[in-house]
Amino acid sequence: MRHSSGFRAFRAIGLLVFAAYFFIPLLAMFDFSTQVRGSAEGRTWDNWAFMVTDEDLRSSIVASLLLAVFTVVLMVVLLVPTMVWVRLRVPRARALIEFLCLLPLTIPALVIVVGITNVYSWVTYLLGDSALVLTFAYVVLVLPYSYRAIDASLSGIDAATLSEAARSLGAGWFTVIVRIIMPNITGGILGAAFIAVALVLGEYVFASLLHFDTLPVAMAALYKSNGPAAMAAALASMILVAVLLVGLTFLSRDRHKQGASS
Amino acid sequence: MTDVSTRSGTERGLAVELSDLTRVYGAVKALDGLTLHLAPGELVALLGPSGCGKTTALRILAGLDQPTSGSVSVGGKDLTKVPANKRDMGMVFQAYSLFPHMTVIDNVAFGLKLRGSDGSSRRTRAGDMLDLVGLGQHADRYAHQLSGGQQQRVALARALAIEPSVLLLDEPLSALDAKVRVQLRDEIRRVQLEVGTTTLFVTHDQEEALAVADRVGVMNAGRLEQLAPPAELYSAPATQFVGEFVGLSNRLPATVQGGTASVLGRDVPALDGSTSGSGVALVRPEALSVVADAAGPATVTTVQFLGPLSRVTCTLADGSDVVAQLASSDALRLTPGDAVRLEVEPSPVLVVAG
Repeated sequence: MRHSSGFRAFRAIGLLVFAAYFFIPLLAMFDFSTQVRGSAEGRTWDNWAFMVTDEDLRSSIVASLLLAVFTVVLMVVLLVPTMVWVRLRVPRARALIEFLCLLPLTIPALVIVVGITNVYSWVTYLLGDSALVLTFAYVVLVLPYSYRAIDASLSGIDAATLSEAARSLGAGWFTVIVRIIMPNITGGILGAAFIAVALVLGEYVFASLLHFDTLPVAMAALYKSNGPAAMAAALASMILVAVLLVGLTFLSRDRHKQGASS
Repeated sequence: MTDVSTRSGTERGLAVELSDLTRVYGAVKALDGLTLHLAPGELVALLGPSGCGKTTALRILAGLDQPTSGSVSVGGKDLTKVPANKRDMGMVFQAYSLFPHMTVIDNVAFGLKLRGSDGSSRRTRAGDMLDLVGLGQHADRYAHQLSGGQQQRVALARALAIEPSVLLLDEPLSALDAKVRVQLRDEIRRVQLEVGTTTLFVTHDQEEALAVADRVGVMNAGRLEQLAPPAELYSAPATQFVGEFVGLSNRLPATVQGGTASVLGRDVPALDGSTSGSGVALVRPEALSVVADAAGPATVTTVQFLGPLSRVTCTLADGSDVVAQLASSDALRLTPGDAVRLEVEPSPVLVVAG
């Protein structure tokens, strides 16, 4: 479809305005994080190197990355079989499961934290005081978003017929879920995983109030003593999430080329 | 139609026995004491209107649904409580059921892989099955690259690859267009005869059922009304429902006395199960002939040309319509408005209460 030159100009200006709105703060963060302190000229990567050289910041980054991985794994392990099972075997329970999964969205994080503080004192007592125990809370936190992504994907395939076809060929339920259903909802699972990673890398309330040193908590503390280094860490985590998003887009596209619906 | 006792091909099918199956969903009785026996290697079609219980019966045989009461046995072994994945049955579904993330050959080999067959023999067997359904050259394609008919042929190959004891076909042709449906219908029958697997074919299309089955079971409201070879089902319906559901029937006034029915002034044999005294005879259009007669009691209303045959609709003196099927060469001599006389062939008819 051909557009008039006026429309094209309007579109270009619109794109420029949006690009400026999103990228100027990022460029400002990058500028701030690479400035040499004081009145000296030039650029420095010291604040970026700080993420590796500072023991506390580095361990908080590792903790957050591990938390993201564990949250994704536990979310997939819990949610995918449950959703497939409910859809195929107990469709009447679907509304209840949806309600339960969406519930965390309606309760403020602060209220959840206050509610689970006592539970977590038992969790840390039993499993140690590693930040990784936050995995359990984070799985609950990401449920509403993950549920939506996976549910949309499941709705796009005829899960009932595919599973019945697989079962008639001799597949047990584990094989049906892992080898038939999951490969066909990869897009939804990747979407859910991406949202989970983004949420975990940015989550502050739970970690701070439960006294765990994750990346957002460490960044907030660092910001008071070393603003540019905190800025570098914040920008790095945003870049990581953006890279994940791009990766997800390409993975989904490749799967569509292969013929898998997602 | 093929006679079960003289069917050629490898007879490796097993006998199937559905005994007094009942399936209740809440207040609905989907199956009401269904008993059905399939001989080894036989193809039985279950035919009936939507909601008659035919798919429920097939799903219970497949293990995808559980009966409320009754039993299922295959080859003398009770499978009622055996889960679907342990039943050794191949199934082709109404909806396209190929696994979208696998190629055609991987789809066909899937069941073999689950049975621990090694890579090369698996591929060879899957390739043979694809050749059997004429799709050997499409082995590396994905489901979305195939037409509906091709997808159902692959599904058939996939179901047969595991050498099932029973093949179950759940309206496999209903999503296809008319021409492909006829082609695939014939192909299913050819393949079934070749491999000799006992087959239950569920369909609501009577032409399909009559064309491929050794015997056809007509179901109504969860019950089996009649199970008979296609020709017998058509020419000697056991019940009013079968007579009216299978093929076209005219309802003509009749009187039965001593096994003979008087229809349109002619005596013809009355089938077993006919009512006695006055009733309504179910007469096939091809059992009627239309004779031009200026003093005849009927009038031609329409003449419908269908190729070699034509359908002639006549209105009787009482205002009721009767349809006769004639050779087109005879029918085209008639024109709407002609006075005619209707004659009934001396073939047996079922007379039901009016």
